[in-house]
Amino acid sequence: MLIRVPRRSDEKESAVTDPEIYRQRRIFMQQCAAGVAGLAGSLLVGGQAQAGLTIGAVQSSPYSTDEELTPMHAATHYNNFYELGYKKEDPSRNAAALITEPWTVEVEGHCENPGTYAVEDLVPVDQLEERIYRLRCVEAWSMVIPWLGVPLSVALKKLRPTSQARYVAFQTILDPENLPGQRRAVLDWPYVEGLRMDEAMHPLALLTVGMYGQVLPNQNGAPIRIVVPWKYGFKSIKSIVRIRFVEGQPPTAWNQATPHEYGFYSNVNPEVNHPRWSQRRERRIGEFRKRKTLMFNGYAEEVAHLYSGMDLHKYF
Amino acid sequence: MRSPTAAGWIKPALFLLCLVPAINLAHGAWTNTLEVNPLETLTHSTGTWTLRFLLLTLLVTPLIRIMKAPVLLRYRRMLGLFAFFYVLIHLGTYLWFDKFFDWQEIWLDIQDRLFITAGMTAFVLLVPLALTSTRRAQRALANAWNRLHRLIYVATTAGLLHYFWLVKADYLEPIIYASIFGALMLARIRRPIAVSASGTS
Repeated sequence: MLIRVPRRSDEKESAVTDPEIYRQRRIFMQQCAAGVAGLAGSLLVGGQAQAGLTIGAVQSSPYSTDEELTPMHAATHYNNFYELGYKKEDPSRNAAALITEPWTVEVEGHCENPGTYAVEDLVPVDQLEERIYRLRCVEAWSMVIPWLGVPLSVALKKLRPTSQARYVAFQTILDPENLPGQRRAVLDWPYVEGLRMDEAMHPLALLTVGMYGQVLPNQNGAPIRIVVPWKYGFKSIKSIVRIRFVEGQPPTAWNQATPHEYGFYSNVNPEVNHPRWSQRRERRIGEFRKRKTLMFNGYAEEVAHLYSGMDLHKYF
Repeated sequence: MRSPTAAGWIKPALFLLCLVPAINLAHGAWTNTLEVNPLETLTHSTGTWTLRFLLLTLLVTPLIRIMKAPVLLRYRRMLGLFAFFYVLIHLGTYLWFDKFFDWQEIWLDIQDRLFITAGMTAFVLLVPLALTSTRRAQRALANAWNRLHRLIYVATTAGLLHYFWLVKADYLEPIIYASIFGALMLARIRRPIAVSASGTS
């Protein structure tokens, strides 16, 4: 009954992800890197060139913050990804349970180009950007993470949503055979999320395939996720297998579980009281003192206009 | 209280054993191995240990009856005081690391958040029990002491509610603790005669 004290040896990357899966995805990312560097095709299957899964020559972005990065180890070992377990350290330990090869994304609903897409189809490698964003969890902690991806709008435009599409709904993989967290009905699986069309098309919303210059680790939502930095972290749905353009506001997982605590919008808002956590302050992981939480997580200048005229206490 | 007949080493050994979680946490804090969010680990762990020690304290009476070993009674106070020891650290981590002694914020928290209300209630109820844990207080209060110390049932219930209301979606652990508490309470109700017998001995 002693409390568990983690040992340094628990944290080997090899224990986190099946090396074979990693190997295949490294090749993919090298293709990406090669594409960005204008060397498309030259590095494709070189076996020994895989040592660095770092992606070089990615465009930087004016949307990036210059705040100090959260250490990668913290961002990859303190995760809310209930599919891989309900405790913060579970997703990194169970990461190999998420099978990411093969992976396709079904696109349906009100759009001109529905169908089955590969990750590479949705995230053009020659447009990969690094975006350093603040991440604010509803649990009152925060991080600063360098993501790799393309604006969500780039992918969505390619799918050509029709005028009937007012919202876009996302769904995470459903695989209770392999994903330990999905064996109990802790949430109504699969995890679903959604954005209003104008939110999804906002240049800050990122369709993400990597972080810290590397392929997304499984526990961070590999192989493809979104990052919506002005909303609480749970809106940034991971491991997406379905995108659907819809007319009405789609159901969202945490809202279904506890409607009075988690709204559809879930914009970071220090003024809206939450029954569990005061949202006025947050602890940046690695810091002792708490800092003040900023409206829209500090992105008010960019996104406040999306909600002008809305009562944000009502539409929390 | 020192008995030359009973094994004299048991009490100090038990004392050290009860300190192990605290030593473990102190060591983890010193070596920075309390996971990614050490202050959260500290808070959660001391909260869980408070609950465990409350349940261990409540285990003593049924155990005395089942094992017919009244000698166990002499370890109950220590277990109860360790529950108080861990709740003090638990509360301290909240007041300091979470709220930085911002009393206005804390007061709002107690009003706004049911799980904080429940947790504070549990703590407040445990204070008189810790204060009257001495032999002298026990003698001075006589029968009232037994009645007063039934507050542990209310405090544990409040502690369990604190846990239930704080959990987001995975209720497995609070359910386990609540079930153990339920079983310990049932063990008291089932044989009321035996309870009063051991109470007066």
